[in-house]
Amino acid sequence: MTSATSRSETNAGPTAPASSSQSGARPKPAPPAGTPVRVTGAQSLVRSLEAVGVEVVFGIPGGTILPAYDPLLDSTKVRHVLVRHEQGAGHAATGYAQATGKVGVCMATSGPGATNLVTPLADANMDSVPVVAITGQQTRALIGTDAFQEADICGITMPITKHNFLVTDPVDIPRVIAEAFHLASSGRPGPVLVDIPKDVLQEATSFSWPPELHLPGYRPTLRPHGKQVREAARLITQARRPVLYVGGGVLKAQASEQLRELAELTGIPVVTTLMARGAFPDSHRQHLGMPGMHGSVAAVAAMQRADLLVALGARFDDRVTGQLSSFAPDAAVVHADIDPAEISKNRKADVPIVGDCAEIIGELIAAVKAETERDGKADLTPWWTQVDAWRDTFPAGYEWPADGTLSPQYVIERIGEIVGPDAIYAAGVGQHQMWAAQFIKYENPRTWINSGGLGTMGFAVPAAMGAQFGAPGKQVWAIDGDGCFQMTNQELATCAIEGAPIKVAVINNGNLGMVRQWQNLFYAERYSNTDLGTHKHRIPDFTLLAEALGCAGLRCETKEEVDDVIRRAMEINDRPVVIDFVVGKDAQVWPMVAAGTGNDEIMAARGIRPLFDDDEVSQ
Amino acid sequence: MSNHTLSVLVENVPGVLARVSGLFSRRGFNIESLAVGPTENPEVSRMTIVVAVEELPLEQVTKQLNKLVNVIKIVELDPASSVQRELLLVKVRADATVRSQVLETVQLFRAKVVDVSPEALTIEATGTSDKIGALLRMLEPYGVRELVQSGMVAVGRGARSITATSTR
Repeated sequence: MTSATSRSETNAGPTAPASSSQSGARPKPAPPAGTPVRVTGAQSLVRSLEAVGVEVVFGIPGGTILPAYDPLLDSTKVRHVLVRHEQGAGHAATGYAQATGKVGVCMATSGPGATNLVTPLADANMDSVPVVAITGQQTRALIGTDAFQEADICGITMPITKHNFLVTDPVDIPRVIAEAFHLASSGRPGPVLVDIPKDVLQEATSFSWPPELHLPGYRPTLRPHGKQVREAARLITQARRPVLYVGGGVLKAQASEQLRELAELTGIPVVTTLMARGAFPDSHRQHLGMPGMHGSVAAVAAMQRADLLVALGARFDDRVTGQLSSFAPDAAVVHADIDPAEISKNRKADVPIVGDCAEIIGELIAAVKAETERDGKADLTPWWTQVDAWRDTFPAGYEWPADGTLSPQYVIERIGEIVGPDAIYAAGVGQHQMWAAQFIKYENPRTWINSGGLGTMGFAVPAAMGAQFGAPGKQVWAIDGDGCFQMTNQELATCAIEGAPIKVAVINNGNLGMVRQWQNLFYAERYSNTDLGTHKHRIPDFTLLAEALGCAGLRCETKEEVDDVIRRAMEINDRPVVIDFVVGKDAQVWPMVAAGTGNDEIMAARGIRPLFDDDEVSQ
Repeated sequence: MSNHTLSVLVENVPGVLARVSGLFSRRGFNIESLAVGPTENPEVSRMTIVVAVEELPLEQVTKQLNKLVNVIKIVELDPASSVQRELLLVKVRADATVRSQVLETVQLFRAKVVDVSPEALTIEATGTSDKIGALLRMLEPYGVRELVQSGMVAVGRGARSITATSTR
C-alpha cells in the first residue's frame, strides 16, 4: 500500500473547494507524488480512495457523510453504487472482495447508517474478508453529546473489526486510509472501519501521497520458520493415514496452484472446508469433499481416522470438529496459519507453522521432495483403499421427496451442471447453502461466496451483487432460500438500476428450512414459527416481486421444467432474474453430525451411521 | 490457576485501554489487576496486567493481545526476576488510645502516614501484594474506614530494559 502513488488527475481541480460548482470543469495536471496540495478533508478522502486503487464503493449518503459525496460525484476512477440498505452495502463489499481478492469498500452516514453496517462487518470479520467501511460521524464538538444520528461506531465495532479509526484531524486522512487498506488486505485479512466527523471532512487541509504508514504494533509474519517446515515435511512423508485439511486461508493466500502441487506430490487425500470450496478442484480424484457437520462421509471419516492432519489456513471451527475431545483422536496436527492466535486455539498443534499459506505450501513442497529423496515416503495404498470404500459406500446423494414435490437438491445440482464451474455462486444461510456447498462442483478459486463463520441470513443477494461488480463478465448466481431472500431482496432494485444482471435461484420451501429440520430431528416435529406462509398464501409472490424490482421473474414447480428455466435465466442479461423454485418442505441436509456430538456419530442419512462399529484401517 | 504478570507496551492513543479491556472480557479472560501509565517514550504507554490463567490460556491471551494493532510488545515478567509493586492508601480509625499502636505497625512495614486527624490516620504503603496484604491484616482490627489500591506495576531486574524498539 505504501508504494501506491497518485495517478494522473483528470477530474476535479485539486485546489477547488468541495462546494465549487466548477470542480471537474478545468482539468489540471497532477502534482508530483508527495507534493502537498490544498484540499478539503472530503477531497482528501476521495483522492486517497483513488490512490489506493478503489474502483467501486457501495453506500448510501446521509447528513454527516454528505461532504464526502460531493467530490465523489466528480471522481472518474471511483464508481459509487447507491444501495437500498447499508447492510446491502457491507455484504456487497464482501462479495466484491471474495470474488476479486481486492479490498471491498462500503460507505454510510453516522448513527443508523453506521449501525446498519454492524452485521456485514461482523460477517467479514468471521470470514477474514478484506473490507474497508467509511462512516460519517457527528462534528467533533458534538461527539459524546447524544447528538442527532450520533453513534459510537468505533466502540460498537471494536470487537468485530480487525481495527478501526476515528479521524480527528483532516491531515491524517491519507495516512489513515492507506493504513486501513493495508490492515484490511495484509496478514489475516479483515474489516477495518474509518469514522470521520463531518467537520473534519469540511475543513481545509493538505493532501499528499503516498503517506508514511505508522503501525508500530503490526508486523504480520509471512515467511514460515524453516525448521517447522522440515518437521512438517517429515511427518507428511511418514504418515500412513494423512489428510490435507484445507481452509479459506488457502484462497486468501491465492495458493490453489501450490496446494494442487503439494497434494499431487504427496498423494494425500484433500478436504476443503465451507470457506475453501473451490480451492481444490472438486473433480480431482484426491478430493473427498467438505468436512464437518454436513460434510461428506469420506471427508469426515478420513479426518476421524487420520494419523496426521495438515491444516492449511483452517481454524478448527466447531462446525468442522464437532465435539472437540473426540475429533480426529489419533491424528498428529500440523497447523499452518497466518494468524498465530489460531494455532492451538482449539486443537493443540504438534507442528505449528505461522506464515502466508502460499509461502508455506511452496516451502513444504521443497521440503517434502528433499525428505522423500532422503528417506522415501510411506505407502498410502491401504489408506486409499479405506478412503475409497467410504467414498463408494456413502456418495453424496439425496432421495426424491416422497410427496412428489420438487427436490431442492436436484434443482441446485442442475444449476451447477448447466451453469458450470466458470460462474460465481453466492449463497445465503441454511439448507440451500449446505446443498449448494455439496451439490455444485467447484473447480476454481473465488467461485463460491458464502457466510461461513457468522451464518448471516440474507447474505446471498447483496454478496452476488458485489461479486457481479467485481466480475462483470461472469455469470453470478445467488442460491437463496425464501427466508433469506425476504431479508435483503431490496438490493435487486440496485442490481436492476446499476446494471448487475445477477440470477437468483430462490429455493422456496415455504419455511425456515434448516430450523425446521432441527425441529423435525430434535424438537419432536413441533414446528414453532418456521412456516413463512410463502407456499400456503403465496405471499409474497416472488415472480411479481421480481417484476416490481425491475427483474425478470420465473417460476418452476416440476422436475421437467428445471433445465429449461435455468437456461432461460442464463439468456436474460439485461436485468436480474429471479427464479421461484417451489420445492418440498421436508427435504433434509444429510450427512449430519448433530451439534455437540462427536464426528464418529455422523449420520449418512436418517438412521445410517457409517462409523459405528466400522473396521479400523490396518495400521 | 496461577497469576501471570504481563508488561504490555501500547501506542499512546485514545481507545487503547478500551481495546485491551474489551478483549479480556469478550474472550473470557479474568484481569486480576491492571495499571497503565506513560513511559520514557511519549508515544508509548505501558500496561501492567495481572491475569489468573493456566499456561495454555495465557498463550491465547498474549496472542490475542498481540493481534491488537495498537499493542507493540508483550513481555511476561517472572516474579523472581522482577520488581513488583502496588500502592495502598488506607484510612484507619485511630483515636488517642490506639494511635501509638497503629504508628508502630506503620513503622514496622516502612509505610508512611500522609494525613492525620483526631479520629483517623491515612497511611500510604508500597510493596508487593503480599506485603500490602499483611499490612492490611494488621490494620483491620483498628477499623479500616476507607481503602484504595493501585494495580500492580512491575519492572524486570538488571540492566536490560523493555523498549518499543520498533517505534521511532
